[in-house]
Amino acid sequence: MSTRIGTVFTQELRLARRNLWVALATVVLALFALALAFFAAGQGAALDADVLSLTSASLATLSVYLIPLIALLMSYDSFAGEIERGALALTFATPVRRWEVFVAKFLAQCAAVGLSIVLAYSIAGLAVLPLFGAGPEGIAAWLRLIGSSVALGAVFVAVGLMLSAFSGRTARAAALAIGTWLVLVVLYDLALLGGIMAAGEGPFASHVFPWLVIANPADAFRLYNLASLDTAPVAGIDGLARTLPFPPVAALGALALWLGAMVGLGIFRTKRIVP
Amino acid sequence: MTDTILDIRDLSLSFGRLRALDGVSLQVQAGETLALLGHNGAGKSTLFKAVLGFLAPEAGSIAIAGHAPGTDAARIAINYLPEVVAFPRSLTGREVLTYFSGLRSAPKTGIADLLERVGLSDAADRAVGTYSKGMRQRLGLAQALIGAPRLLLLDEPTSGLDPVSRHEFYAVIAEAAARGSAVLLSSHGLEEIQTRTDRVAILARGALRAVGTLEDLARQAALPTTIRVTARPGEADQLQTEFGGRRINGCRLEIDCAADAKLALLARIGTRSNVLQDIDVAVPGLDDIYRHHSNQPDEEASA
Repeated sequence: MSTRIGTVFTQELRLARRNLWVALATVVLALFALALAFFAAGQGAALDADVLSLTSASLATLSVYLIPLIALLMSYDSFAGEIERGALALTFATPVRRWEVFVAKFLAQCAAVGLSIVLAYSIAGLAVLPLFGAGPEGIAAWLRLIGSSVALGAVFVAVGLMLSAFSGRTARAAALAIGTWLVLVVLYDLALLGGIMAAGEGPFASHVFPWLVIANPADAFRLYNLASLDTAPVAGIDGLARTLPFPPVAALGALALWLGAMVGLGIFRTKRIVP
Repeated sequence: MTDTILDIRDLSLSFGRLRALDGVSLQVQAGETLALLGHNGAGKSTLFKAVLGFLAPEAGSIAIAGHAPGTDAARIAINYLPEVVAFPRSLTGREVLTYFSGLRSAPKTGIADLLERVGLSDAADRAVGTYSKGMRQRLGLAQALIGAPRLLLLDEPTSGLDPVSRHEFYAVIAEAAARGSAVLLSSHGLEEIQTRTDRVAILARGALRAVGTLEDLARQAALPTTIRVTARPGEADQLQTEFGGRRINGCRLEIDCAADAKLALLARIGTRSNVLQDIDVAVPGLDDIYRHHSNQPDEEASA
């Protein structure tokens, strides 16, 4: 079992590296992180706040857009492309278990996304640290950001793989991936904002709304990072972070639930693929 | 003693209202090469997918060395080469074989030997993206030879290959069969496989039309030999009254006869050499035999 998972894992990771996904994702994330860090450094001086904490807050908001996109782009073709090219039939004809293939692909792509995140955010963190210094709170926020970003990436890798296993065609998988990104990352927030505007102060805002926010993995990620910060200025939906009916860690639980559900659904579907 | 590796009995399978396979029975012994012939859509790939356990039969049974399709034992026994396979372009040939060796729990030490057997030793560390079609197909074959396959399942392995590559390809397959593998390969026509297989099975619209050696199939088809006679100007009518046959144009005549009556007829025509310009004899080719069997209506096949 472990040899077969290891075999698929090695090949997937090698492909992610050769296709320059890791390098590309690292460069994009590092550039954004550096830009935000130095922007926050300017602000931090004025606000007399910790630079790393400020950067964590703005990076959390940016990561919500970028990391799901990178994870989906990396994973959407994984099953669909191999079905189209006939490669999956070959893999499935060997004694490997279907769930092993799904799990190995998932682990490899998580490793690729995770490696990019850790590298990029470490580079940015290490770049501002000697210039502006950081308190323990800032470092904690930075570490929370890195850890939860990796978790967010893992959730969306699982979403992408699951969609890929369901669609069976590259073009359809791409459309589903982009559609999912739009819904979960962009439209969901808009809908929630519209809802809270319409409902105003009331039971919806205090009891239903927070749960709707953490029901979405992207919002759960942002909520976790912002709610854990005391000094960073937060507004809009993120202002909710101050009045939560649950501890911020619950948002991580929401991410874990999403991860479990997506991996489960993906394996369920992978077992039914006719390659 | 015969050792039946693949045993298919009364296999039927439908996609909705389309009957893809209809009561197919087929056996392949260890060391035997059987070619499965059929047009596109005849059911060849469906049959392969059923043997691999990707599609569940509606009726009938399949046993691979005594095991049900899709079980571990069956998947260990079968090595498969699909009709269209594109290995990741950025991997090298050696990496592709390492991957499949890992999935089959075969030792990595066998990879160099496999590359040697299909003539890819020199290209082993080049990216698959730089391979020619023939090389990619040979890499696919090397992948299918990992371990000691008891059943080699090759879906149109030589389509699109040039004659030289095709020849080399069949040499490797023959070698595998000599080591005791049962080989089931599919193809579009007899010309492709020629005399390189032990038996031939012809599949059309999901049903088996004929199974046997090439000689058997030729005998069963009993296709006539055609003698084409060109007469001197004005003599064609006379020849037709004498020997029968079809008039092609003013001076040409085509006469069909059974294979064993050919010599006698030629001798008789020879006596009229004074009115003949030319004689040509057309023996039924492999494709004629294939077309005969695959075009038979169902009643005729079951009769």
